[in-house]
Amino acid sequence: MDLKEKLISSFLAFENNVDLDHPVHEVRSEAIKNFENKGFPSKKEEAWKYTSLNNLQKVDFSIFPKEESTLEYKDVKKYFLHEIDTYKIVFVDGVYSSYLSETTHDGVDVCLMSSAFSKPMFRQVIEVYFNKIASKDESLTTLNTAFSKEGAYIYIPKNKMPKKPIQILHLATGNEAALMLQPRNLIVAEDNAEVQIIERHQSLTDNEVFTNSVTEIFAGKDANVDYYKVQNDAPTASLVDNTYISQKDNSVVRVHTFSFGGKLIRNNLNFYQNGERIDSTLKGVTILGDKQHVDHHTLVHHRQPNCESHQDYKGIFGDSSTGVFNGKIIVDKIAQKTDAFQQNNNILLSDRATINSKPQLEIFADDVKCSHGCTIGQLDDDALFYLRSRGIPKKEATALLMYAFANNVLESVRIPELKSRVNKIIANKLGVRIGFDL
Amino acid sequence: MLEIKNLHASVEDKEILKGIDLKVNAGEVHAIMGPNGSGKSTLASVIAGKEDFEVEEGSIVLEGEDLDELAPEERAHKGIFLSFQYPVEIPGVTVTNFIKTAINESRKANGQEEMPANEMLKKIREKSELLEIDRKFLSRSLNEGFSGGEKKRNEIFQMAMMEPKLAILDETDSGLDIDALRIVANGVNKLRNKDNAIIVITHYQRLLDYIVPDFVHVLYNGKIVKSGTKELALELEEKGYDWIKQEATV
Repeated sequence: MDLKEKLISSFLAFENNVDLDHPVHEVRSEAIKNFENKGFPSKKEEAWKYTSLNNLQKVDFSIFPKEESTLEYKDVKKYFLHEIDTYKIVFVDGVYSSYLSETTHDGVDVCLMSSAFSKPMFRQVIEVYFNKIASKDESLTTLNTAFSKEGAYIYIPKNKMPKKPIQILHLATGNEAALMLQPRNLIVAEDNAEVQIIERHQSLTDNEVFTNSVTEIFAGKDANVDYYKVQNDAPTASLVDNTYISQKDNSVVRVHTFSFGGKLIRNNLNFYQNGERIDSTLKGVTILGDKQHVDHHTLVHHRQPNCESHQDYKGIFGDSSTGVFNGKIIVDKIAQKTDAFQQNNNILLSDRATINSKPQLEIFADDVKCSHGCTIGQLDDDALFYLRSRGIPKKEATALLMYAFANNVLESVRIPELKSRVNKIIANKLGVRIGFDL
Repeated sequence: MLEIKNLHASVEDKEILKGIDLKVNAGEVHAIMGPNGSGKSTLASVIAGKEDFEVEEGSIVLEGEDLDELAPEERAHKGIFLSFQYPVEIPGVTVTNFIKTAINESRKANGQEEMPANEMLKKIREKSELLEIDRKFLSRSLNEGFSGGEKKRNEIFQMAMMEPKLAILDETDSGLDIDALRIVANGVNKLRNKDNAIIVITHYQRLLDYIVPDFVHVLYNGKIVKSGTKELALELEEKGYDWIKQEATV
């Protein structure tokens, strides 16, 4: 049985464990039909030309973990940003771990999708927001919608701000030989609300994990949302991340994606500007080696006038790694005075590494500023010589140049401890010790 | 201190240096002058160990040790410093952090402990005053958005911090206005002592009014075609390089 058949037949078992009378279940039923029709995307589709899910479909993934696993905090502490106090929503093999988590209902709701689905007090928010911007026909998104049951639920009412940043952590214990996870997150920041979120997926063993995640983010008028994705997973873990963001007037949403590890990562990051004077920022640093593969597909849809978008993705590719950047910008006819900026810079460290970079601009308004640029090159030999002539060994000098290359993206991280953590991950990845925080 | 013998070096099979002999003793300042394209900057890069250049023949010996097999960083650890004509911009790395890293890497390579923080700070303060460098400048990203003059001053600041045995100043005067030139030259002069040596590479005599050389060499077409004392530089200033070219071709 291939993965598609297995998923479809598992849906019946899934239905035994959810409330079939809840309005959300209609959405799920619709979604599984869509997935059944479309199946997994193939390389024949333009959007999946460079990323193949074929090998993943051959793996016999468990769709539901058999048993609840417990983990000691000390064993997983290093995957948390433990240097600062945060709210934590932690899942172990897809199951909520109250022991590792710290949720709140104090003025804001930082809790679980399963609660939001089951408790009447959340029903209105679910009705207004759930599955409203997630795609109804992108097959992996519909697959996730069909199985949507658990994930992070964050609701920040008007003018509110949580006391501290929020971490969403998905841990996979390896209790299953191969495990598929489908977290579903909903994040709503009402007018003038503010929130900072850090998300990480971490497999603790070499057993195969395939995560198909969907996150919907709604930013109200004047809202301010910072979302950081730390992708530094085990070499046997794959991730398809579908994130959909809707913004209203004057809101600011920034998404930073740090992709350093994992086997296959596909990020579908979609911004929809549904208001004026919106600021959308999409930044990423990708550093890969071995046979790792990361594919960033971004979309910024300018639907109203006077908005801005800033995209800046830096990639460093070693060994036989492959990268993809596909940045689509749509400017509707009404969206005059749009200022859309896109940049993708890449460094290839080896002859076997590959990057496919493609800007895709569809502009229907005539008074706009759209700029895009893409570079693919090697490390600058003159710069390397400069550093080495100051006594800095080649490996460290190379690392410093990579930091410098990625610096634009790192400097806009607004949680200093996170920035310092990302720097450490980079230093580890490059196998160097830099004597200072950048 | 430094002895270069019959040095031939090429880049992509094109011979640039065609037999250079040069001896520099501790306490001396040598100026190397010459028209554009004569091989001045190549000589500087080859001494510092740039790997783009292939040494085909001859040797570079520092204090009795042949440098041939040594990487640029190893040469730096042995006390060679090159002030670049075009210093490279490194965003995200402050001047202070960069110089700390450089100093501690050299110390590590020489079996020394890292320099204690207070000692480092004291030294940074002392040397930045010497070069009239503003404190704010030190927390800026290395060379990023620096003016030409600031870049050169920063190079000499690094030299002051690293206290090399042999400093090579490659066109340090280019892009400097007269005030900056004076500050830089003054800094270099204060760093001169009986134990170190300096090679000044320049196109013009102007810098040599401030950093007075013990010897002047003229490089033309990959060879040192004339050597003399500081008077030679004045002669070149007055007569240009044409007579040297003619003499060399005869």
